Amino acid sequence: MKKLSRNAKSNAVTYAIVVAFFVVMTVLSSTGHLSNSLTGQLIPICVYICMAVSLNLTVGILGELSLGHAGFMSVGAFSGVIVAMSLQSAISSGPVRLILAILVGAIMAAVVGVLVGVPVLRLRGDYLAIVTLAFGEIIKNIINNLYVGYDANGLHIRLLRVLPKTELTDGFLIINGPQGATGITKLSTFPAGILLVLFTLFVVLNLIQSRSGRAIMAIRDNRIAAESVGINITKYKLMAFVVSAALAGMAGALYAMNFTGVAATKFDFNTSILVLVFVVLGGMGNIRGSIIAAAILYTLPELLRAVNDYRMLFYAIVLIVVMLVTNNPTMKAGLAAVGTALKGVFMKTVPVPEEGGDGDE
Amino acid sequence: MSKLVPIPSNSFIPERDLDKVPILEAKRLGITFGGLKAVEDFNLTIGRTEIAGLIGPNGAGKTTVFNLLTKVYQPTTGTILLDGKDTAGMNTAQVNHAGIARTFQNIRLFSALSVEDNVKIGLHNEIGSGMWSDIFRLPRHWKSEKIAHERALELLSIFHMQDMANKQAGSLPYGAQRRLEIVRALATNPSILLLDEPAAGMNPSETSELMDNIRSIRDTFQIAVLLIEHDMSLVMGICEGICVLNYGRVIAKGEPDEIKNNPTVIEAYLGKKGAK
Amino acid sequence: MSFLTSLINGISLGSVYAIIALGYTMVYGIAKMLNFAHGDVIMVGAYMCFCAMNYWGLPPIVGILVAIAVCTVLGIVIEKLAYKPLRQASSLAVLITAIGVSYFLQNAALLIFSANQKSFPSVVNLPNVTLFGGRLSVTAIAIATVVTSAVIMVALTLFVSKSKTGKAMRAVSEDKEAAQLMGINVNGTISVTFAIGSGLAAIAGVLYLSAYPNLVPTTGSMPGIKAFTAAVFGGIGSIPGAMLGGILLGVIEILGKAYISSQLSDAIVFAVLIIVLLIKPTGLLGKKISEKV
Repeated sequence: MKKLSRNAKSNAVTYAIVVAFFVVMTVLSSTGHLSNSLTGQLIPICVYICMAVSLNLTVGILGELSLGHAGFMSVGAFSGVIVAMSLQSAISSGPVRLILAILVGAIMAAVVGVLVGVPVLRLRGDYLAIVTLAFGEIIKNIINNLYVGYDANGLHIRLLRVLPKTELTDGFLIINGPQGATGITKLSTFPAGILLVLFTLFVVLNLIQSRSGRAIMAIRDNRIAAESVGINITKYKLMAFVVSAALAGMAGALYAMNFTGVAATKFDFNTSILVLVFVVLGGMGNIRGSIIAAAILYTLPELLRAVNDYRMLFYAIVLIVVMLVTNNPTMKAGLAAVGTALKGVFMKTVPVPEEGGDGDE
Repeated sequence: MSKLVPIPSNSFIPERDLDKVPILEAKRLGITFGGLKAVEDFNLTIGRTEIAGLIGPNGAGKTTVFNLLTKVYQPTTGTILLDGKDTAGMNTAQVNHAGIARTFQNIRLFSALSVEDNVKIGLHNEIGSGMWSDIFRLPRHWKSEKIAHERALELLSIFHMQDMANKQAGSLPYGAQRRLEIVRALATNPSILLLDEPAAGMNPSETSELMDNIRSIRDTFQIAVLLIEHDMSLVMGICEGICVLNYGRVIAKGEPDEIKNNPTVIEAYLGKKGAK
Repeated sequence: MSFLTSLINGISLGSVYAIIALGYTMVYGIAKMLNFAHGDVIMVGAYMCFCAMNYWGLPPIVGILVAIAVCTVLGIVIEKLAYKPLRQASSLAVLITAIGVSYFLQNAALLIFSANQKSFPSVVNLPNVTLFGGRLSVTAIAIATVVTSAVIMVALTLFVSKSKTGKAMRAVSEDKEAAQLMGINVNGTISVTFAIGSGLAAIAGVLYLSAYPNLVPTTGSMPGIKAFTAAVFGGIGSIPGAMLGGILLGVIEILGKAYISSQLSDAIVFAVLIIVLLIKPTGLLGKKISEKV
């Protein structure tokens, strides 16, 4: 049982990092050592950690490139908002409404995940990538034209046709087309964010280190061999994809409940790409790496405030340089010495195959 | 070694398997790739516990036959009966579930995963908990993980590989990778094992050890083995029945001694001159 | 007649997509990478032409030439600095680098030109063409776009099939190692491909902005994504596929806007793409890939 305990140890370190992050940030902010803008970013950081960890399940563990992860976040965000706002009078407890919002966000994102996954997962490689991108854009486009209101008669949902407030009897608008959701009561808190991160980690790590996870990684490493030992490819691809979508939906709900208003355009292609960057820089299949990369890279533009106007330019250069340094053989060799010191921190929890290692004749 | 005897369908199986349905029967199997008939009119019957060989010059279509039997390719014509049941409409995974396991000519391990995980993936349909018990670590998860762990080590011990369990599969020496593929295939609890060039890249002493292993696998698990191999010492040494393929067609079938002296086979291997 | 107008506008927009898609598909074919920064090259081209015409007072044709020259050089420089060191790296690493380049170009443009929207002056200042006694009216730029694209497509097809460099490009995209063994300068050929793709992006940028004149640093993103979609739609790596995919995408977009829903036109475009890929998983003219077992 040596293997199991090794996994357990590595998982404990990962959870500990998250808890430590929570403790340090709480102490810093209560003693006034944290700038306002950074305090405001604590919840989004948690959200993006969840996004990166969940996307890593699709990209790193299943090995399929998804460019539409923000679409699931969007579904979770808006269904969560609808639930939280329509239950406002029925359930007075904020935390309960937040939990319900997150749960419904997860379920709706999972449903959309199945709808998207069934056709998409038949495709391979770049074609799969472009179709996930297309679905992300479709979801954005549809929600951008969605009008939802709530009144004594319940929910009113309309696509494309504006829902004027006057049509509602003593009610309010929840989603107003391109303006998105407005008048949200802020329910998300930093502790809730950390709990969601821990939950996401729990689901993803447990899934990976189990029979289902092995089947998913088998498909990634060698699809034909996986089939030959009787693994149902469609089932496990879909499992990874849908779990990933559901977790993104949860993150989306938490994200939306952190603001008074949120629009569909927030969850566009650029957001999907941002999360993908976290995953790739953190290491494919490396869950701990995703957490660290998401936290650092999300706050990097903030930390670069000193160079204000140039910060996004600087961010772009950092991104390119990091990719060149970590992927070019010559530069890699020169960096090997420094790398050994850093390896301890970024230790891989899940092995990843070498690129193109499949020596077919 | 028992003699091959004729059965009603005009084929031969070992005498000891006579009272049982043949494990595998391929009838008039064929596949066409863009007009080219890669395999044509392929007929083969394998007894319950038979060790059979599929040989032929390079490009004869041997691996294609394996791919047809395991449904990696869908046959254009013909039927495959596994334990008397038609496998039409099944995919590769279902065929494995029904009882065919295989190895690959170009090794296809899950090379980033550990040796033990490779075997556990082979045990996927044998021992298992579902997604929910895996995620929430329900008792069923722990129980099946424990059984899978023990079973994996047990299977690895066939080739004395239990000490390598935690090594990364891709880091193993070539011969060990070939053996691991066999273990992984066995883990799926097959009734017939297809081995694609199991001795490729092995030295003579490794090959002779492999021969003993194959025989003992057949005896312990009471399964049939069909193997593709270029090493004639192995083929002639352990196969009871041999089928020779050339240009996608069967040119000879029989016991090792018959095949060795068959002029058509010699011609296929050495050309017309060699046959004289 | 409004249908015909829409159709012509669709073909015109589609021609722009096709020109951009050609850049995507050629680069993909030869370097096996998705060059996400390609859309931003369009933006750079548009800004260059804008500067030449508005600030330096040069005539439109010179503006276009300046744009082509700058983008061609830019394409070569990007390839040399950012992509060439990653020739052996995973395709995902190259993809992320390309995203980095895209961020870089957008933010550099943001610093130089600010986020303020600039109104791009059309390079074709001719009155609308009216036919059938005024019942059919088409903008001059739409016609110019279609004609330009047609010329580019014919020229490019001839170049790739007949010229020595074009043959080298096809050889490299087929098998890099074999091409090298045959004495083809692989690095040179890849540079030429980036140069051509980027030059085409400049032309596309000028044409696109002449029809849709809002110039901002993120102008290139959406046509970039659409053209990328078009390239996949037609079968990525295939030159005729990119042309067909681009034009079809433009037509679907404009007709979808006119007859189904103007708000959901993007959703319609992407839905059609998904349906096509589900029926033909490698695009309209893409090669079937099969794995040897």
